[in-house]
Amino acid sequence: MLIWGCAFLGIAVLPWHMLEDAVSPARLFGLGAAEADTASALAQAMRFGRWWFWPVVAGLALSLPGFLPRVSRHRAVGFLGLGGGAGLAALVLQGWLIGIRGWNYPALEAAFGPLASGQFGLGMGGALAFAAFLIMITDALAFRGLFGGDRFVAGAVGVLAAAIVIFTIWPVATILSQAFQAPQGETLAAAFSQRFLSAKVWGLACLNSRAACGVAWNTLALATATATATTLLGLCFALIATRTGFPFKKGLRLLTVLPIITPPFVIGLGLILIFGRSGIVNQAVANVFGVELGRWIYGFNGVWLAQVFSFTPTAFLVLIGIVQGISPSMEEAAQTLRATPSRIFGAVTLPLMMPGLANAFLIVFVESLADFGNPIVLGGSFGVLSTEIFFAVVGAQVDFGRAATLALILLAFALAAFFIQRQVIGKRSYVSVTGKGDAGLSQTIPTWVRRTAFAVALPWAALTVTVYALALAGGFVKVWGRDWTPTLQHFTRAFAIDWGVNGIVWAGGAWSSLFTTIKLAAIAAPLTAGLGLLAAWLLSRQRFAGRTALEFALMLTFCVPGTVIGVAYILTYNIPPLEITGTALILVSCFVFRNMPVGVRSGMAAMSQLDKSLDEAAITLRASTFRTLRVVILPLLKPAIVTALVYSFVRAMTTVSAVIFLVSAQHEMATVFIINRVINGDYGLAIAYSTVLIVLMMGAIGLIQLVVGERKLGRRTAVAVDPQSAEGAKA
Amino acid sequence: MSVKKSGAEVRLTGVGKRYGKVTAVKPLDLVIAPGSIVTLLGPSGCGKTTLLRMIAGLERVSDGRIMIGGRDVTDLSAGERNVSMVFQSYALFPHMSVRENVAFGLISEGMAKASAHAKADEALVTVGLKGLGDRLPSEMSGGQQQRVAVARALVLKPDVLLFDEPLSNLDARLRRSMREEIRDLQQRLGVTVVYVTHDQSEALAVSDVIVVMKAAEIAQAGTPRTLYEEPANVFVATFMGEANNVKGTIEAVKDGRASVRLDTALLSLPARDLTPGPVDVVIRPEAIRLHPAGTPNGLPATVATATYMGAHAEYNLETLVGRLFAIAPEADALRKPGDAVVLILAERGTMVVKP
Repeated sequence: MLIWGCAFLGIAVLPWHMLEDAVSPARLFGLGAAEADTASALAQAMRFGRWWFWPVVAGLALSLPGFLPRVSRHRAVGFLGLGGGAGLAALVLQGWLIGIRGWNYPALEAAFGPLASGQFGLGMGGALAFAAFLIMITDALAFRGLFGGDRFVAGAVGVLAAAIVIFTIWPVATILSQAFQAPQGETLAAAFSQRFLSAKVWGLACLNSRAACGVAWNTLALATATATATTLLGLCFALIATRTGFPFKKGLRLLTVLPIITPPFVIGLGLILIFGRSGIVNQAVANVFGVELGRWIYGFNGVWLAQVFSFTPTAFLVLIGIVQGISPSMEEAAQTLRATPSRIFGAVTLPLMMPGLANAFLIVFVESLADFGNPIVLGGSFGVLSTEIFFAVVGAQVDFGRAATLALILLAFALAAFFIQRQVIGKRSYVSVTGKGDAGLSQTIPTWVRRTAFAVALPWAALTVTVYALALAGGFVKVWGRDWTPTLQHFTRAFAIDWGVNGIVWAGGAWSSLFTTIKLAAIAAPLTAGLGLLAAWLLSRQRFAGRTALEFALMLTFCVPGTVIGVAYILTYNIPPLEITGTALILVSCFVFRNMPVGVRSGMAAMSQLDKSLDEAAITLRASTFRTLRVVILPLLKPAIVTALVYSFVRAMTTVSAVIFLVSAQHEMATVFIINRVINGDYGLAIAYSTVLIVLMMGAIGLIQLVVGERKLGRRTAVAVDPQSAEGAKA
Repeated sequence: MSVKKSGAEVRLTGVGKRYGKVTAVKPLDLVIAPGSIVTLLGPSGCGKTTLLRMIAGLERVSDGRIMIGGRDVTDLSAGERNVSMVFQSYALFPHMSVRENVAFGLISEGMAKASAHAKADEALVTVGLKGLGDRLPSEMSGGQQQRVAVARALVLKPDVLLFDEPLSNLDARLRRSMREEIRDLQQRLGVTVVYVTHDQSEALAVSDVIVVMKAAEIAQAGTPRTLYEEPANVFVATFMGEANNVKGTIEAVKDGRASVRLDTALLSLPARDLTPGPVDVVIRPEAIRLHPAGTPNGLPATVATATYMGAHAEYNLETLVGRLFAIAPEADALRKPGDAVVLILAERGTMVVKP
């Protein structure tokens, strides 16, 4: 009955459409509203002649008997299913077919004649009605015995599926249709060939001339180079961390956390401060040798270097798991068979690591494809797909067709790499640790391998620290390269606080974007973690029809690059039925659905360590599914919850790629604010702001850890799921 | 816990389970008498745990109906049936104290926390864990955890109590005393118990009735004595303890006794409704007596190996019907490999089985 009440509230009382201005309690009552656009669906149908709401109302009426106490359960299920289904279908259809200016499709207008008025996007009433109808359907399915007859499971699957369809599949489909849509007066074939096959995308001129190659080749070349370099570096670090007596292993670990809490362009900034035209190396060289090094850092070299700095930790984290996973007894066996250390390494250790190496390569490959921050800061005239997409939308030319086309190519690359990676992981079985404890000590690696690893890794580690240090030092001098006077002026420009007549005045230029960022990240984090863990629980613990489809859809959200999502979101949500471009809602949903896979992964990793009979014990002890989840599973998942919360919060704070398309004057994000300062050459402020972000995020991580607390398991302390290894392919 | 209540009857009619094309349990009938303790025994993969989980409601049946205490529970979830289960891993909630674990089911049923905790403490006394309610499961030994799991299941006063290989995580000595405790507790409370194990000595020790399962169906059900002394087939015979299996021939049947030819030996054994023709003969190791060569009406044999085991001696013996394993109580007169002997087979411990 509660559900029917919600549906009734959504259809009859609350305003159906999104309100232009602020919501007041009086305006929430849409039944008696004076204007059609602020009225509830029922009122619009009755008083404003918007007949297309009648089917929705009919669905509501049809479902009512399903909630009456005297109707038999069997018949109630029929009413529920029919009413919910009809209501949902009517709701979706009317939203899809009727837009601001009447019919969305000319054919319909020709068939039924023009409508008297159009309609805006769905608002509170529409959303509530949608949710209520959805739950009616899942309830009906559960009563029919599907989903193990469990209403909670059915509802959770329904909500997740609907959310994925609305916020991932629909936008990606929109991109597809946009890319295949011909502009006025052109044939589809012509438009297609012009967009997909143009020299700007696939040209190979750079091979034999000084002209630039197509962006597709640029992107692939960059990704390959970056992935190769990071995999090798990552391997060196992993070998040092697991197979040598290196005394500062903890320091190595720490190094891997840095890229996660720094916004993605900080490395780029650091490189500019070192190798840029007024960078310290360039100046030193100019002073000593009188040679201008010029702009070599801008372009392929710089982006590659920055990406290698940024993604080596990722490769390291993947590989350290692999190297540790190799059972020492294999190497001990080889040793007893009289193999030399070199032969053990070459014939046993390395082959066992091959799938892991391939995995690391592909993960970094996908990250490089999706990277936006480094190319935008250091790319110069060297374009890659992610930046070209941005310029197609933001530049003077505003060409959504081109943006969609490029996004499609990028998506295809990312998907291809992603699926190859899944294949590789599938073959990993022979490395995996068996249930039995493998005794034995890891063999030390041959001397020459160890020396090489140290020779490569240590200078690189030092360089990384230098880049970070310099990047952050840049915030404390007046003008880098010219005026080295220490100053805090950049901080005061960004974060000045004045005392006005009415109390505190946030005078600094950065406050507004900082507050927005923290607010939105704080809203998104629990949603992300909640949905992600719910999905993880469903996927790992429940058996239901469509489980594979749900898993696949979630995987898809893993690998869609941020810029693609950004373009897809503005294309999809700037028109009804879901008109949320420019609102905080679009940013929050972007954060939630881009970062949810992190929650899913850490949740599934943690869940696989929980004995399934714990759930079953709770069920046989008469606990409902929901109580089992709340009292038994959730408390045991605390480490995974922390991970998911920290990650979704941090990534919402540091992401650039998708967000840069979605910000508006009202809702500016910190990273976009910084990028704009960088593009204007205002490095000081950008760096000062980045520093504040990093400090803030370290604080936030500490705070979340404190609030969620330790898992209480007696003497044994819980081993937290390593957040970074759970992260995998972030796009 | 103090009130003695009698358990409910469990009646399975045509109950089966399929996973896609794989049949985990072929449709079978089984009636478990109220207040009895019935063991499902079989090698791993025989479907015994699946059958138990279907009774618990953790798996839905593919075919058939399940009745508990005269009530059809086939379509009810695990929580709606009045059954409790003790899991192989105990499945104690590691983040809750022992008391909270035991009280969990009561609180699920809507009991107030204070009275649930009081009941939980009572239940802990019953299983001999008085005063340990504040501990976490990880602070207890394996045997204690086992008792907590039993208390947690019993506190709900279930019609049927289910055990899924409850002792497999304990060491041999503890296993022996725990199975006696379980049997004792069941007798005191009169609850119906269904118990899954793959250990035949455990099954013999605790059960009123043993149901031996093989390849997704029931091989034989009966009292421990029936199964041991009158196995329906070679599988049950060999699973219910050590047994030699050789081929013989029934030459004649008269007055319910069969003349069974084994090489030169002619045995007179209960015919068990078999007719003349080839037959399997099952011989328990302790039914074989070693006599000096030349003893009449025996089975000539040569000692292959002889092992001194302290209280008894073990022999592997070569005969014309195959190699036999024997346990001889007299360890003092140990024979040597190569010795010729004649085997006399005791009637108790030697049986004919349908081939």
